[in-house]
Amino acid sequence: MQVAHPPPNHRWLQQGAEWVLELSGDWRGPAGLTLSAPGTRVPSPLSALAVVDQGLTDWDAGLAAALRECLAPLARAGVVMHLDRLPEDVRAVLRLALPAAGSPPPAAAEAPPGAREVLGRRVLHSGHQALVTATFFGEVLLALGRLLGLQRERSGLRLGELLRQVDQAGPLSIPIVSLTCFLVGLMLAYMGGAQLDRMGAQRYIADIVTVGMVRELAGLMTGMILAGRIGSAFAAQLATMKAGEEIDALRALGVDPIDHLVLPRVLAVVLMAPLLWACASLVGVLAGLLPTTLVYAVPAVEYLNQALNALTWTHLWIGLVKCMLYGALLALAGCREGLHAGRNAQAVGEATTAGVVKGLVWVIAAACATTVVFQSLGL
Amino acid sequence: MLPGTPIVQAQGLTVAHGGQTVLRDLNFNVARGEIFVIVGASGSGKTSLLRDLIGLQPPAQGRVLIEGQDLYDGDDVRLRLLRQRMGVMFQAGALWSAMTVGQNLMLPMRLFTDLSRPAQAQRARLKLALVGLDGAFDLWPAQLSGGMRKRAALARALALDPVLLFLDEPGSGLDPLNAARLDGLILQLRNHLGTTVVIVTHAVNSVFAVGDRVLYLDEVEKTMTALDSPQALLVNGPPRVREFLHGGQAPALPRNEAVLP
Repeated sequence: MQVAHPPPNHRWLQQGAEWVLELSGDWRGPAGLTLSAPGTRVPSPLSALAVVDQGLTDWDAGLAAALRECLAPLARAGVVMHLDRLPEDVRAVLRLALPAAGSPPPAAAEAPPGAREVLGRRVLHSGHQALVTATFFGEVLLALGRLLGLQRERSGLRLGELLRQVDQAGPLSIPIVSLTCFLVGLMLAYMGGAQLDRMGAQRYIADIVTVGMVRELAGLMTGMILAGRIGSAFAAQLATMKAGEEIDALRALGVDPIDHLVLPRVLAVVLMAPLLWACASLVGVLAGLLPTTLVYAVPAVEYLNQALNALTWTHLWIGLVKCMLYGALLALAGCREGLHAGRNAQAVGEATTAGVVKGLVWVIAAACATTVVFQSLGL
Repeated sequence: MLPGTPIVQAQGLTVAHGGQTVLRDLNFNVARGEIFVIVGASGSGKTSLLRDLIGLQPPAQGRVLIEGQDLYDGDDVRLRLLRQRMGVMFQAGALWSAMTVGQNLMLPMRLFTDLSRPAQAQRARLKLALVGLDGAFDLWPAQLSGGMRKRAALARALALDPVLLFLDEPGSGLDPLNAARLDGLILQLRNHLGTTVVIVTHAVNSVFAVGDRVLYLDEVEKTMTALDSPQALLVNGPPRVREFLHGGQAPALPRNEAVLP
């Protein structure tokens, strides 16, 4: 049988010089309960108030919450509260939750910004980020100047740190770069061959694969793989150091984190880029041999001979320069995000993601720009 | 620097964090050889002020002078030399995780002294022994407990024999025994080496154990509201300061009395 519960009820009464808030009924339920304000009948300023249990049948935390909402402004105004005629559990909660007399009211929540304000803030934020990036590039150039002895100050770059980063960036990246470029070389030969086959010009597959890999794709693929593998690692390492105050500890000592942390990482990738590019180019060109001989019936010797004929010094140095540029950009992107990350665990993840994304965008943009420039120069 | 000039001078400082003013109108001096404690409730801006004092974050307004020289105005070489005379221990230790404890201590020596490598190692071992970490030279920071990490960080802060030591919450995360030992060590450093120590803390026990003078930062007023010896503040300080120094047990603030049973 269902028991009928009297509804929650309250009323304000005046008893002599004091006002009384009487509560009765069942103060439970999932919906939030509210108490009416004292209203205009209550004299202002109110000096004392008693809250009285006048037949409460049942209650939960909602009663204390509703009372706090109603009484907090009065408590702040210095009204003396008599709570001793409330149930003990409600009284204990209110004793802790009511503010002290004279304490400031909580700040009102800011209204959510409008669309124009959001847009404006984002534009300002983007401008600020661009400025941070430009400053960072400038700092790295200054550090490079110190390293090359172009400035009075001594560089703080540590050879041990550089070698450690070279080990991370170079040899350990060879397998993944090789695998990727093997697949790209295979694809390039297969698809290029399909087009050339229609004209009976299969022997030129080697030209497409060699020029494509050496001049463009080996460097680009190496850059993209390293952006994921090395750029993310740099961003995560530096962001973790930032969160753990390790970078502050360097700065407090007067050590430039660019010299100490950024320059070894960027130089390591730039120094290792030629090795990875050479490896990627070789694997890519050799991978093209498989479909060329097996699918398009071009003899292996002819493919290799044609590949050597297609390879010029111009293609080689353009490929090399591009790859080193991509390496520098992806390392800078990772370091920039790590060094300017926030000071908490979430910021480490955000910096890692931003480091990879920025690295990829910069590499692809640089690939596009350099291709246009070199073609325009007739190289 | 003139004799008797305070080693640290904060002149009209306004401290900001994330574009918001955290503290304003700060004016105080730290005397040479003093243990100066900066206290305040959580969120009162203690660590932000410390970042201003150690040269990590320029104040929104005002000046910080260390040994009479403006910490944020001057050529880089002079500022770097100035910073080498200061040691800083960060709240979480901030040991460089890619180096062993010994390498952490030797890096400042390698960068700023002409000491040979064996001499650096010898001095690093001395500093570690000073903080009770004789055997930690070859350990990695990840292998240390929280208390050991703090002590190793203190040893690193002492690596260049600084005249001025800044400690951010040195006792936080330590058991009472280790916290008391650290307090004893700070006193010894001052008494025997004459090091000036500026401590940021909210540990009341440490305030009384080591503090010569206490600066109280009020999170409501957003400024300093008291500067005196801890004993004087305990008796004559503003109500909120007395409440703080009593460990929150003395109700010095006006409250609605009837709310309390």
